[in-house]
Amino acid sequence: MKWFLGHLDQVAQLMLNHAVLALIPLVVGLLLALPLGWLAKRYRGLYSPLIAGTGLLYTIPSLALFILMPLVLGTGILDPVNVVVALTVYTVALLVRTVADGLGSVPDEVVQAATAMGIGRLRRFWSVELPLAVPVIAAGLRVAAVSNVSIVSVAALLGISQLGSLFTDGFARNFLDPIVVGIGACMVLALAMDLAILLLSRAATPWLRTRVAA
Amino acid sequence: MISFTDVTKVYLGGTTAVGGLSLTAPTGKITVLVGPSGCGKTTSLRMINRMIEPTSGTIEIDGRDTASLNPNELRRGIGYVIQSGGLFPHRTILDNIATVPLLLGWDRAKARTRAHELLERVGLDPVLGKRYPNQLSGGQQQRVGVARALAADPPVMLMDEPFSAVDPVVREQLQDEFLRLQGDLDKTIVFVTHDIDEAMKLGDQVAVMRVGGVLAQLASPAKLLADPHDDFVADFLGRDRGYRALAFAEAPELPLRDEPVVLLGSTVALAAETAAGDRWVLVVDDAGAPLGWSEPERLSGLIDRDHLHRGGTVARIGGSLRAALDAALSSPSRRGVLVADDGRLVGTVRAQDVLSAIERRPAGAVA
Amino acid sequence: MNLLWTWLSNPENWQGSSGIPVRVAEHLAYSAATLFLAALVGIPLGLWIGHTGRGRVAVVNLVNGVRSVPTLGLLFAAVLVVGPLLGGDIAFLVPSIFVLVLLAIPPILAGAYAGVEGVDPGARDAARGMGMSSMEILFRVEVPCALPLIFSGLRSAALQVVATATLAASVSLGGLGRFLIDGQAYRDYGQMAGGALLVAVLAVLVDLVFAGVQRLVVSPGLSPIRSARRVRTRAQLAANPT
Repeated sequence: MKWFLGHLDQVAQLMLNHAVLALIPLVVGLLLALPLGWLAKRYRGLYSPLIAGTGLLYTIPSLALFILMPLVLGTGILDPVNVVVALTVYTVALLVRTVADGLGSVPDEVVQAATAMGIGRLRRFWSVELPLAVPVIAAGLRVAAVSNVSIVSVAALLGISQLGSLFTDGFARNFLDPIVVGIGACMVLALAMDLAILLLSRAATPWLRTRVAA
Repeated sequence: MISFTDVTKVYLGGTTAVGGLSLTAPTGKITVLVGPSGCGKTTSLRMINRMIEPTSGTIEIDGRDTASLNPNELRRGIGYVIQSGGLFPHRTILDNIATVPLLLGWDRAKARTRAHELLERVGLDPVLGKRYPNQLSGGQQQRVGVARALAADPPVMLMDEPFSAVDPVVREQLQDEFLRLQGDLDKTIVFVTHDIDEAMKLGDQVAVMRVGGVLAQLASPAKLLADPHDDFVADFLGRDRGYRALAFAEAPELPLRDEPVVLLGSTVALAAETAAGDRWVLVVDDAGAPLGWSEPERLSGLIDRDHLHRGGTVARIGGSLRAALDAALSSPSRRGVLVADDGRLVGTVRAQDVLSAIERRPAGAVA
Repeated sequence: MNLLWTWLSNPENWQGSSGIPVRVAEHLAYSAATLFLAALVGIPLGLWIGHTGRGRVAVVNLVNGVRSVPTLGLLFAAVLVVGPLLGGDIAFLVPSIFVLVLLAIPPILAGAYAGVEGVDPGARDAARGMGMSSMEILFRVEVPCALPLIFSGLRSAALQVVATATLAASVSLGGLGRFLIDGQAYRDYGQMAGGALLVAVLAVLVDLVFAGVQRLVVSPGLSPIRSARRVRTRAQLAANPT
């Protein structure tokens, strides 16, 4: 506790880095997963290859992916971009399936009713299918957010500065306090992101709330 | 014989599902429990094999109190068929059917032979035996469900809406085959349904239940239609009760008329001559089975199947008054076609003759 | 890219007690021991929860909770706390395996639980109605039907363990992580990239092995491909009724 109070600034700075490294991939990953998931749902033949392909990406261990990224991107090993791109890959891998299944969970009658009213395909996607798929997509997003926070800390082994640096520092100095503080901060961050997504998804689906209230 | 004596089931929270039910399901007969949802019919059924334990009262099978038996052994001796089929998705059709024999310790070969036999008995192609449930249609799965319940040849069968998840055409087929099967097997069956027509068709006796698990009336279908105990039963039975009751009244000797016929493929000229001034002439096949009515004036050339009027129903001789009357009413010539058991034409009957036969029955008669 | 190939194609790296085959074997040993222990705890517990319906809320919270714990931090903390109590090689091995097991239990538990929970209630009801005992229902109906999800739990646990076992090298254990950590220390990018590639390939291979075993063990009646075929045959039946 004493260590924590004495290093508040440092922990806050690391937490901010950590949050940025975890958040950017989440947003970019979601934006990429939406069209891919739509394709997988729209063209049934694409579903299996897309899901299997992205699933394969998910099998690559995070530390390995961080290290292999420079080969693909031409970046330096210490470049945080490696972490951001690698996590984006994981996020996409996780979310393509969720988006496809979420869109698939929209009742057929609703889509057909929208079509019968003359709502165009793109507009139908934005105004009908996507909003109704929000609960499922948000659930996947929460999983991705929480695991991203945990994975980011691994990048400390490569010397990329974030909350994971507290683990490596503490371990190198045989000093438990920073490690415990790091674990706590990571969990707080994960919880905060989880909660934020939950609240956003609730705000985006007011019709679900009224049903609960009734 | 299964007998309920003052059986009550009160669920946690105080809902009474079954209230003081007493009834007897006679050996070798089909007893149907029917009623609106919440009338406790399924609860009553499931208390027989102790899937649900009664709060009070006794249920006896052939004089033995079920509460005194080991529940699993009791269940192994009772066939059980449910609405969704409840087939085991990880086992082949044959293995599904062989489940209870294997539980009872039969050897594998004997259990498989038995399963094969039953597969055919319920009208399924033996090649289906090696398939898995998810490769079968809903109707086929339901047949497997019945075969599985019959596998150890239990004297008692419990059936919980077994045919309600399939479409009407298949349901009709399954019901007919079920009756045919029961004709051979004479099981003691308790059958739950919410469909009054199914109850009337299948039941030797029908127990109409009202919400709260109270027996409103227990009687044969004909008696129910002729004499509903109260407004609830009458409403539940629905319209056209007088007409539907005729289905349970065996037709007496009806005054038959010879009907001039022509063979399929005859010339229209021959048909017109046979009709001898009448508008309609009956067409039969080589075996003498009626095919349909034909109107020679409006045709030329040869009479083929496309020319036949198929509106008329065909009644079996010795069948019900309802079938005979319907045959007459639905025939374009107003003459109802009656056939023998082998499908051959016997003669025709007019609606007024059927009606006078109905009139001649004693008042309040019940089949 | 060149550095990677130079390292991989150097025969020296394939020999001796710190060569690639030995590291692969170590990596597999850690992973297998972890999975075995995690399955020993997770599967029975998951089956019990699914069968009795007790403790569902606890499962969900446990799975979510463990997911939010940063593995690396937990590993370091475990080694620092438990290590001094043990001494020797075991000082690093035991806490590492412990953390890996902790990580692997939730997916296995959740898979077993969800598998049993998801068994068609009709099949369960029919089994009871036929006179199967509670244990017969569990082992003859629920477990076989739950196998696809039990396997998917095991597979995601296996992926996670193979990936995370890499971190064991950072607390001076063996395994493929050694190449990543040592490469980092010696500024040898070829070794790092080679090790990373090997871990990735190993993860995919392990998953394939599990997929193969799953194919052998799980009843074909449970595979979704068959139901697709059923839909097709149904469509055909509808097209030309017999």
